[in-house]
Amino acid sequence: MSILVNKNTRVVVQGITGKEGSFHATQCKAYGTQVVAGVTPGKAGQEVEGIPVFNTVRDAVRKTQCDTSLIFVPPPFAADAILEAAEAGIRLVICITEGIPVNDMVKVKRALRGRDVRLIGPNCPGIITADECKIGIMPGFIHKKGRVGVISRSGTLTYEAVNQLTMLGLGETTCIGIGGDPIIGTGYIDLLALFEKDPETEAVVMIGEIGGDAEDRAAAFIKQNIRKPVISFIAGITAPPGRRMGHAGAIITGGKGTAAEKMAVLEAAGVRVVRNPAEIGMAVQEALSPRCGV
Amino acid sequence: MNIHEFQAKQLFAQFGVPVPNGKEIKTPLAAEKWAEKLNAPVYVVKAQIHAGGRGKAGGVKITKNRAEVPGLAKELLGQTLVTHQTGPKGRKVRRLLIEEGAGIAKELYLSLLVDRDSGWPVFIASTEGGMEIEEVAAHTPEKVLKELIDPAVGFQGYNGRNLAFGLGLPGLEPTIMGPFITMLGNLYRLFMEKNASMVEINPLVITTDKKLIALDGKVSFDDSALFKHVDVQAMRDLHEEEPLEVEATSNNLNYVKLDGNIGCMVNGAGLAMATMDVIKLAGSEPANFLDVGGGATKETVAAGFRILLKDRNVKGIFINIFGGIVRCERIAHGVIEAAKEVQIKLPVVVRLQGTNAEEGRKLLLESGLKVDVATDLWEAAQKIVAMTGKKRKKVEAAAS
Ligand SMILES: Nc1ncnc2c1ncn2[C@@H]1O[C@H](COP(=O)(O)OP(=O)(O)O)[C@@H](O)[C@H]1O
Ligand SMILES: [Mg+2]
Repeated sequence: MSILVNKNTRVVVQGITGKEGSFHATQCKAYGTQVVAGVTPGKAGQEVEGIPVFNTVRDAVRKTQCDTSLIFVPPPFAADAILEAAEAGIRLVICITEGIPVNDMVKVKRALRGRDVRLIGPNCPGIITADECKIGIMPGFIHKKGRVGVISRSGTLTYEAVNQLTMLGLGETTCIGIGGDPIIGTGYIDLLALFEKDPETEAVVMIGEIGGDAEDRAAAFIKQNIRKPVISFIAGITAPPGRRMGHAGAIITGGKGTAAEKMAVLEAAGVRVVRNPAEIGMAVQEALSPRCGV
Repeated sequence: MNIHEFQAKQLFAQFGVPVPNGKEIKTPLAAEKWAEKLNAPVYVVKAQIHAGGRGKAGGVKITKNRAEVPGLAKELLGQTLVTHQTGPKGRKVRRLLIEEGAGIAKELYLSLLVDRDSGWPVFIASTEGGMEIEEVAAHTPEKVLKELIDPAVGFQGYNGRNLAFGLGLPGLEPTIMGPFITMLGNLYRLFMEKNASMVEINPLVITTDKKLIALDGKVSFDDSALFKHVDVQAMRDLHEEEPLEVEATSNNLNYVKLDGNIGCMVNGAGLAMATMDVIKLAGSEPANFLDVGGGATKETVAAGFRILLKDRNVKGIFINIFGGIVRCERIAHGVIEAAKEVQIKLPVVVRLQGTNAEEGRKLLLESGLKVDVATDLWEAAQKIVAMTGKKRKKVEAAAS
């Protein structure tokens, strides 16, 4: 098992004829993902690596029964693309695009409220269920089917953690990049709940960073609802206040959202907080070793 | 992106938010001329820097005597102002705002930003104007009001009433209710139309003649939306930014200067922060944050080297790449080519992991470059720290 996506997931790639879109659609397909459609307005009838291109997501859904969308549309048009997918009946929208105006996302998030659609991202590497399907830009080969779920606000730092899990033979179930923007579709809490219910996931790695209070709220949720071990690393203990560290959402404002504060709150909720990012895998191994117990 | 107070006030005026009559001034002579024209009972001369706390630091001068205005301007211009927000280095004052002084009956606090939890814009207001809102929130949280605005319909009258009654405005000055609510609507419009990320008025004052007026103004903009607003881009003041950061931006690099001595170059923002953290754990301090992004090429690596080497504090360089779509052997080529262009005399540790890491390491080892190559993150961090010398104090902190 896994969460959100598996080998039966049928993917449409929005922005498939662009440089990024075509490259990654091809990579995802090569990984084994069912990439059944692409969308670029005005390019219906074309193919990208054997994947048929449609003008609209509505057409793609009608012709291919795709249920999940992967978006590579440039920032000015990305909000439109997300809403188009939702309107066409896509149930899971994964938006890779970085640099979408915050106000666009404010409106998108409001429009999706109460609807039967989940948005992952934007500004994220996507989602992968090891050895089943890759819907994103992560390197597939570092992943191996296994026991650990991963949730992260980052891209390459997630690869770092995944690589450690794979090297230690622990492997992963599903890995989700939730995105580095201040306004994202899905946060830690929903995904922690899904991992808690997934019988194959034995532990969850949560990779956070400075900015906002999503980790604090996750900590409260974990304390109440999660029995599986949670291992966490929070990036940015050395980050200065008031400066945006690459990600639009990674900024300490008014003394709030520091790594130290997040680590303390998580630790108080029973999460194993790792200070050294090179030791994430080992901490999971420790948490899962029978001697330790929970 | 941040702008100056005088620019924020120009925007306020444009959107119908009342501000004192004022003007941007760059010389004592211009100050003299403007004061004459202004002809006010009270003159306020304000240093324009991208930092708050100017009042307490002597950056706001108030006088009733018009003849004193040029002298005050002369005193402030060219001065380096150190406030609690500038850091110890302070900021050089190059411009002033000279405006009419207001008779203050009551100081309020007002700001507007996006609440990250709900994803809705939120007004924050308090009767404790002129103070740092973080202080107020820490000591008297009940004095901080929040009003979320539903982005589907925008600002509504009830939002305004919730805030106005919440602040006790009818008790303070009943005639201010209407103008206050109108002003909130105008600020919301400014916020959405200009893609601001924060608007702050501290203090927003009720004057002795019962008017509502913004005495201070701070506006920041969403960098991701600047492409929509040429007028906002034109307000950028490069003097207020770190020169190395400006250079990095023009090379499509994401760089933040810090005070340590290990320069780092990393692909990905999260990993870049984690790399800084690991340098500290190993006993030293990072000199910067630098994300070369997903498309790290020879050009970006070379530009990264140039920027790192311009920072005099840098004693060693740590390159940390997790190859995904970016292949490590490409990065290795980039480092080798860049090292030919840019003279590097400092110790360099390159850690490659992920796609084609083996090949990349081999290329570097055979290149004849004086670089150390590593696979493991912790091993690499310890290497570069050992090569540049530990900071004693920090070692104890990290070990505990
Ligand atoms: N036009 C003005 N008339 C009267 N007092 C003013 C005026 N502008 C500023 N002040 C006073 O100076 C203080 C500090 O100014 P402000 O613009 O808030 O700068 P900062 O926040 O950087 O200290 C205000 O709280 C207010 O009391
Ligand atoms: Mg102020």
